[in-house]
Amino acid sequence: MNGNTQMKGVVRTTRRRLRGALYGYLFIAPWLIGLFIFTLYPMILSLYYSFKNYNLANTAKWIGLTNYKILFTSDPIIPISVYNTLYYALLSVPLNMIIGILIALLMNRKMRGIRLMRTIFYLPNVVSIAAVAMLWHLIFQSNYGLLNTVLRLIGIQGPNWLTDPATAKISLVIMNCWNAGGAMVIYLAGLQGIPRIYYEAAEMDGVGPIRKFFSITLPLLSPTIFFNLIMGIIGALQTFTPALIMTEGGPINSTTFYVLALYRMAFRNTQMGYASAMAWVLLLATLLLTLLVFRMVGRKVYYEA
Amino acid sequence: MMSPNVRKWRRFIGKAVVFLLLALGAAIYLFPFFWMLSTSLKDPTEINVYPPVWIPSKPRWSNYAEALSYFPFLRYLANTLYLVVMNLIGSLLSSSLAAYAFARLKWPGRDFWFAVLIGTMMLPGAVTMVPQFMLFRDLGWLNSYLPLIVPSFAGNAFNIFLLRQFFRTIPVDLSDCAKLDGCSEFRIFGQILIPLCKPALATIAIFSFMGTWNDYVGPLIYINDNLRYTLSYGLRAFQLKSGSIWHLTMAASIVVAIPTLAVFFAFQRYFIEGITLTGMKG
Repeated sequence: MNGNTQMKGVVRTTRRRLRGALYGYLFIAPWLIGLFIFTLYPMILSLYYSFKNYNLANTAKWIGLTNYKILFTSDPIIPISVYNTLYYALLSVPLNMIIGILIALLMNRKMRGIRLMRTIFYLPNVVSIAAVAMLWHLIFQSNYGLLNTVLRLIGIQGPNWLTDPATAKISLVIMNCWNAGGAMVIYLAGLQGIPRIYYEAAEMDGVGPIRKFFSITLPLLSPTIFFNLIMGIIGALQTFTPALIMTEGGPINSTTFYVLALYRMAFRNTQMGYASAMAWVLLLATLLLTLLVFRMVGRKVYYEA
Repeated sequence: MMSPNVRKWRRFIGKAVVFLLLALGAAIYLFPFFWMLSTSLKDPTEINVYPPVWIPSKPRWSNYAEALSYFPFLRYLANTLYLVVMNLIGSLLSSSLAAYAFARLKWPGRDFWFAVLIGTMMLPGAVTMVPQFMLFRDLGWLNSYLPLIVPSFAGNAFNIFLLRQFFRTIPVDLSDCAKLDGCSEFRIFGQILIPLCKPALATIAIFSFMGTWNDYVGPLIYINDNLRYTLSYGLRAFQLKSGSIWHLTMAASIVVAIPTLAVFFAFQRYFIEGITLTGMKG
């Protein structure tokens, strides 16, 4: 009698588990199918193509690692684009973080009109990148652009922002700072997750604001900062659209970023095989960099128990 | 310990400083927009001058009409709206289904696939740009809207993550009660959870709208027909001649920007609070 009941229990649980699995996979089916068709399959396809000299016109021949060899040794645009991308990332990621945190700190209070303020700082991220690029193209104009005009008003001769190879990348960094609102929203979410109790306790002990920031805010915000750092790096390594619209990679290739070079190789030169190789190298580099950041900074992140 | 008066004074100064910094920051952030508006209303002769013309003497509203005739505005508007609606349906449907499974259902492999989901958020988009193009080329979908629509029916990792966090905040008792009454999972999903998730769904809708409306690289890569471009890409018509027609360029840019700004303003309550509420915890 006992054995019979136990068997029934097992059967019932297994049936429930099967039902659970059925429903689970049914619900995620669109996502899962999409993952395989639109992400995994194309990537494997592109890996395959990266070993061939596929250029849309002719029949592709298998050339093994030739694409990769050219990429790492003889193609002159690669070192240039890598340099440009790293230069840009090194400047824009820290700046974006600092500005984002500063603004978020200012925003993290209940004040009249604070919601309006938060909206204002997020506005640049709402507008199409094409419109933003046009606007800043106007602002960066050498002769009568807004920036140089304002500088002129205080007696400084502004540089030829977008047309001087020395300042072109910096111009793009400045423009990117205008989009710090995206990071700000995430930092704000992180800040609001910090329990007020800590601050109140600190206040009762007479702790000043600077110490409060470094001892309470920063550690408890570190997971958010870490997340933004990783996403920021990944994003900065892919910068491409503003350069395409505003400078076309110039002047003298000073704003030719890696993804822009990739785009050119794929869609202007139709060298799909080589472009695929470039894409895979980018993926591996990004993975390595992310792992590096995890190793180097990950330990300093403080997780609330 | 400080006397209460000194502390009150200090607090007041603190608030004033914060307010001033915010005002300054906001002014700097808004100034490019102001410049955009101002330029869009200028007579061409007022643009490249020094000292600069801050506010045009006679606002030239005709610039807007002229700018909108520079490219097939209505056509592009219709195209863009079509893409927006399709992507909205696709992303809302697929993201909510998947998020429900991750949040409320127990099934083998759930945590594994969730980790995969998070992993795809870190996949650089540039890496899939060329491979996806080649896939769509092999499928014969080039120069159509299919590459710009179908992927959104697969859901987007960020949306799924957002919704999943939100679903988890809804008490399990609700769905348990329904199950006791004999509700199927689909009914629980559709009639109980979805209506409770309006803020999160609104957030996703806004993201989807903005993403589709502002998409530049998509049309750039997948569309070749002059009549099928979208508004954001349509601004390209001004790119090549920008030097001499800044007033028109700015006018067109503002027109393209207004819908996203309007939607954002209308729903910003959901949006910023939505992200803040679901938070980065868990």
